[in-house]
Amino acid sequence: MTALLLTLFLPLAGSILLLFVKREQTQLIKTGALVISLLSFIASVFLLFSFDQSNPGFQFVINQIWVESFDAGFRIGVDGMSMLLLMLTTFISPITILSSFYSIHKRDKEYYVMMLLLQFGMTGVFISLDLFLFYIFWEIILIPMYFIIGVWGGKNRIYAAVKFFIFTVVGSLFMLVAIVWLGHYVGTEIIKNAQGFTTNFMVIRDVSFNIPFDIQKWMFLAFALSFCIKVPLFPLHTWLPDAHTEAPTPGSVILAGVLLKMGTYGLIRFNLELFPQSAFAYASPIAWLAVIGIIYGALVSLVQTDIKKLVAYSSVSHLGFVVLGIFSMTATGIQGAIIQMVNHGLTTGMLFLIVGMIYERRHTREISEFGGIARVMPVFTVFFGIALLGSVGLPGLNGFVGEYLTLIGAFTSPFLDSWAYSIIAASGVIFAACYLLWMFQRVMFGTNDNPQNHNLKDLGKQEWATLVPIVIFIVWIGIYPSTFLNISENSTKALVNKLELIKFGKAKYELPTEMDKIKLEKEQNILNTK
Amino acid sequence: MIDQFIIELQKSISLFKPEATLAVTFVVALIADLIFKKSKNISGYISLIGFIVTFYFLFWQKGQNYGTFTQMLSVDPFALFFKFLILLTSFFIILMSFFSKELYINNRSLGEYFSLIAGMTFGMFLLVGANNLIMIYLAIETMSISSYILAGYTKEIHRASEASLKYVIFGAVSSGLMIYGISILFGLTGTLNLFEINNFIANNNVNIYALFFSVFLILAGIGYKISAVPFHFWTPDVYEGAPITITALLSVASKAAGFAVLIRFVKAAFIDNTQLDSEGIWILISNIDWRFIIAVLSVLSMTLGNLVALWQTNLKRLLAYSSIAHAGYMLMGVAVMTDAGVTAVMIYFASYLFMNLGAFFVVTLLANKIGSEDIDDYKGIGYRAPILGVCMVVFLLSLTGLPPTFGFIGKWMVFSAVLESNFIWLAVIGVLNSVVSLFYYVKIFRNMYVRGVEENENKENYQFHPIAIIVLLLLAIPTILFCLYPGPIANWAAASVGIFLG
Repeated sequence: MTALLLTLFLPLAGSILLLFVKREQTQLIKTGALVISLLSFIASVFLLFSFDQSNPGFQFVINQIWVESFDAGFRIGVDGMSMLLLMLTTFISPITILSSFYSIHKRDKEYYVMMLLLQFGMTGVFISLDLFLFYIFWEIILIPMYFIIGVWGGKNRIYAAVKFFIFTVVGSLFMLVAIVWLGHYVGTEIIKNAQGFTTNFMVIRDVSFNIPFDIQKWMFLAFALSFCIKVPLFPLHTWLPDAHTEAPTPGSVILAGVLLKMGTYGLIRFNLELFPQSAFAYASPIAWLAVIGIIYGALVSLVQTDIKKLVAYSSVSHLGFVVLGIFSMTATGIQGAIIQMVNHGLTTGMLFLIVGMIYERRHTREISEFGGIARVMPVFTVFFGIALLGSVGLPGLNGFVGEYLTLIGAFTSPFLDSWAYSIIAASGVIFAACYLLWMFQRVMFGTNDNPQNHNLKDLGKQEWATLVPIVIFIVWIGIYPSTFLNISENSTKALVNKLELIKFGKAKYELPTEMDKIKLEKEQNILNTK
Repeated sequence: MIDQFIIELQKSISLFKPEATLAVTFVVALIADLIFKKSKNISGYISLIGFIVTFYFLFWQKGQNYGTFTQMLSVDPFALFFKFLILLTSFFIILMSFFSKELYINNRSLGEYFSLIAGMTFGMFLLVGANNLIMIYLAIETMSISSYILAGYTKEIHRASEASLKYVIFGAVSSGLMIYGISILFGLTGTLNLFEINNFIANNNVNIYALFFSVFLILAGIGYKISAVPFHFWTPDVYEGAPITITALLSVASKAAGFAVLIRFVKAAFIDNTQLDSEGIWILISNIDWRFIIAVLSVLSMTLGNLVALWQTNLKRLLAYSSIAHAGYMLMGVAVMTDAGVTAVMIYFASYLFMNLGAFFVVTLLANKIGSEDIDDYKGIGYRAPILGVCMVVFLLSLTGLPPTFGFIGKWMVFSAVLESNFIWLAVIGVLNSVVSLFYYVKIFRNMYVRGVEENENKENYQFHPIAIIVLLLLAIPTILFCLYPGPIANWAAASVGIFLG
C-alpha cells in the first residue's frame, strides 16, 4: 500500500519541489526530475513483486472517504489489468524525461514540472477506484499536456494544442454527466445508501448491470465517447496526427506511450465492466469502427511524407486492434488488447524517440530528405529496425503477440456477429509491413546522396540509455509473453466470466466467484484498516 | 400584548446588529473622509474594520431562524450563508481597490467610493433576508442606487459615465416593471407578506394570467440583478465601463443577493410548505410551471452568454458575458426547485466568489501595468508575471469547471441536482455550453503562455506589491483547496437551505 501511494504521489511531490528550485540550476532540475521519476518506478517494481497474480480482484486497496455528502472517496487499488498499465506508465516516464535532456532547450523548469504532473495524473487514472477521483485525474492530465504541446511544440503547435484540449474536454464533459447520473441512479435506485449517491467503483460494478438498458445505454455512450476520443477511434481521431506531429519528442512519446492507453483502459474498466448489456449491444458497431480505423490508418500512413506523421497515423491503425480485442469480450481478446497496449506504448514510443533523434540532427522529418543513412549511423539503424519490426508484428518481437491474440479473440468471440472483423483486420498487418518497411527502405537504404546526411553522428550515451531498456522489453514480450500475460490473466478471466454470466447464464472459467471475491476483499480491507 | 411586542422588538434589534454595523460603517467612513482629508484610504480602512465587526456579529447569528420586525426580514441559515458570501466579496473588493490605479486618477480621495461599497453591502444584506415585497423593493433600490454611482465613479473616463447612465436607465425601467408587478400581486392577494401571499394563493382561486403576469414582472426585476437573459442588456456595457473592482462586485455580490431573493421569493410564495417531503423536492401550489420557465431562462442565459463571449476581445466584456453564462448555470440549480438544487447554487456561488474575484483581480493588476484589458495585449504575460499567470490559469480552469478546482465542485453539484430531478435535457445543454465556454477561456491562457511569446521574450518581469500577491493567493489557494477538501463547505451549504417560513 505504501508502495502504491509512493508511486502515485512521488511525482506530485517532485513537481512541487521543483517549483522552489531556481530557474538557472537547470542541471539540478533535470536530474531531480529524473531521480523522482525513477524512484516512482522503483516503488512500482516493489508493488509488482508483492502483487498476487492468482487474485483476480483489486489489491493494495485504500478506501478512504473523501467527500461525505456524495460518497466520493480516495479509493485506489490495482488489479491485473491496471498493474501492467501502471508499470508501463512508470517505465515510460523516466525514459521520456531522460530523452527530454537533449530535446528540450527552453523553459526547463516549467517543462519538468509539467512532466511530473503529467506522470501523477496518468498514474492516478490507472489506479483510481472511484469515479470522482478518476475524473479528476483524467482532467488533470489535460493541462500539462496542453502546455507541453503548446509551449514546446513545433510550428503549428497552438492549433494542435487547442484541438487536443477541446476534443478531449468535449468527451469528458459528457462522461461527467454520465458519472453523476450513474452515481445518482445507483445511489437512489439500487443500493439506496444514505447519501443517495455513490461514486465508489467497487460498489457500482457489482450492481450496475441492474440498470435498465434504456438508461444504461446513454451512460455507456457517454463514457464510450470520452474514451474513444482519447483512443482515438475512427472517426474521432483527427486531433491525434496534429498533436503528435506538433508535440516535442517526449510529448509524443508520452502521448503515444501512455495517454492513448487511458482511453482503451477506460473502455475495459468502465464500459465493459459497468455496462455489460450495452456493451453487447454496441460491440458490433464499435468493432466495425475499429476495423475501419485499422485499414484507414494504414492507408493514410502509406502516403505520408513526414516520418512522424506516418508513425502517428500508424497509431490509429494499431489501436484499432486494441479496441477490436476489447470488444471481442473474450479472455484471449482482452488479454491481447492489454498486451497490445503495452506493446504499442513501447514500440511506438521508441519510434517517436528515434524520429526525434534524427530530427535533432537534421531538423527535418521529410522522408525525401533522407536516404542511405544506414551507412553513417549503423547503431541507429539497428535500433530503428528493431522498433520497426516490433511495430510491424514480426514473430519473435512484441507486436506479433498482441495482434495475434486480438485477432484470435475477435475470431472466436461469441459476442461479435461475424468473423469478417478478424479477416479484414488481419490485412491491416500486411499494410503495416508495407508502409513501415517502405519508409525504412527510403530513409535508411539506397544511396546517401544528400550532402547534409554525410556526416551524421551515431547515437550518444544518453540516447543508448533511453533505447536499450525499451528494446529489452520488446524482445522479452516477443519471446516469452507469459511473464506479462500471467499478470493480467485472472482479472481478465473474472471480467469475461461476469460478461458470460450475464449473457449466457454461466461462467466460462473456474475462478473464485464474484461473491467470494468481494467477501475476501472486504475481509482484507478490515484487516488492513486494523 | 405590548410586552410580547417589546420582546419581539428587542430580539429583532439584537438580530439586526450586522446590518446596523454596516449602516454605521457607511456613515463613519463618510465622515472620516471629511476629517482626515490627507489620507486617501482612511475610509477604506474603516470599512474593512466595519466589515470585520460585521463578521463577528454574523457568527453569533448561527442557527437563528426568526422573522424580525414582524416578519419583514428573516434571519435564517439561508440568509446567513449569502450574507457571509456578500460580506467576504465586499471585503475582497476593498482590498482589491487599494491596488487599482484607475480609481486613483487625478489624485482624488476615495471616501465616497468606500462608504458606498459599505452602503451597497447594507442593501444586499437587507435583500437576502427580505420577506415582504416592499422590503424587497426597498432593498433592491438601496443596493442599486449605490451601485449606479459606483459604476460611474471614474467620471473622467467616458465609457464609465456612459456605463453609469445606461445602468441607471435600465435599472429604472426594471424597477418600474418590478413595482408594477408588486402592485398587481398586491391587488390580487391583498397582502405584501410572502407567507400570506402563499396562503392566499393556496386557498383561493386566483386568476392565473394575472398571477403569471405579475410574477413575471417581479422576476424581470430580479433577473435584471442577476443579469439573466433577456434582462441582461446592461451587463456588457456596464461591466466594461465601470472600474474593474466594481465590475467584480456587481458580478459576484449583487448577483448573489439577486439569487438569494429569487430563491426565497419562489420558495416562500409559491411552494407548498406544509408538505415538504424528506427528499427536499418542492411542490408548487399554483398551476404555473415555474420549473420550466426558470429552466428556459437558464438555457437562454447560458447559451447567449457563451456564444457572445466567444467573439469578445476585451477581457472585461468577455467576463461580463461569461458571468451571464454562469447565471445560467446557477439558474439550472434554481430551476429544479429542490433542496439539492439550492445547495448546489450556494456551493456554486462560493466557488464563483473565489474564481471570479480572482480573475478580476488579475485583470486589475495587469491593467495597472499594461493599461489595457485587451486579450491581445496579454501575449506572453504568463512569463512576465509568473505568479499572476499561474493564478489566472487556476481561475480560468475553475470558471470552465475543470478539476482540480472549486468550480468543478460547483458544476458537479449543479449537474447532480439537475440529474436527480431527471432534467436530463437541461444537463446536456449545460454540458454543451461548458464546451463552448472552453473556447474563450482557453483563448485567454493561450495568449498568456503560448502565443506571441517570442516578441516579449527579453522584456523585464513585472513587479507587484507583495500585499497584492498575498490577496491574490488568498483567492487562488481556496480555489484549489476547496476542490480537494469540499466537505465542510458542502455540509455548510446543505445545512443552510433552511428558509424561514413564517
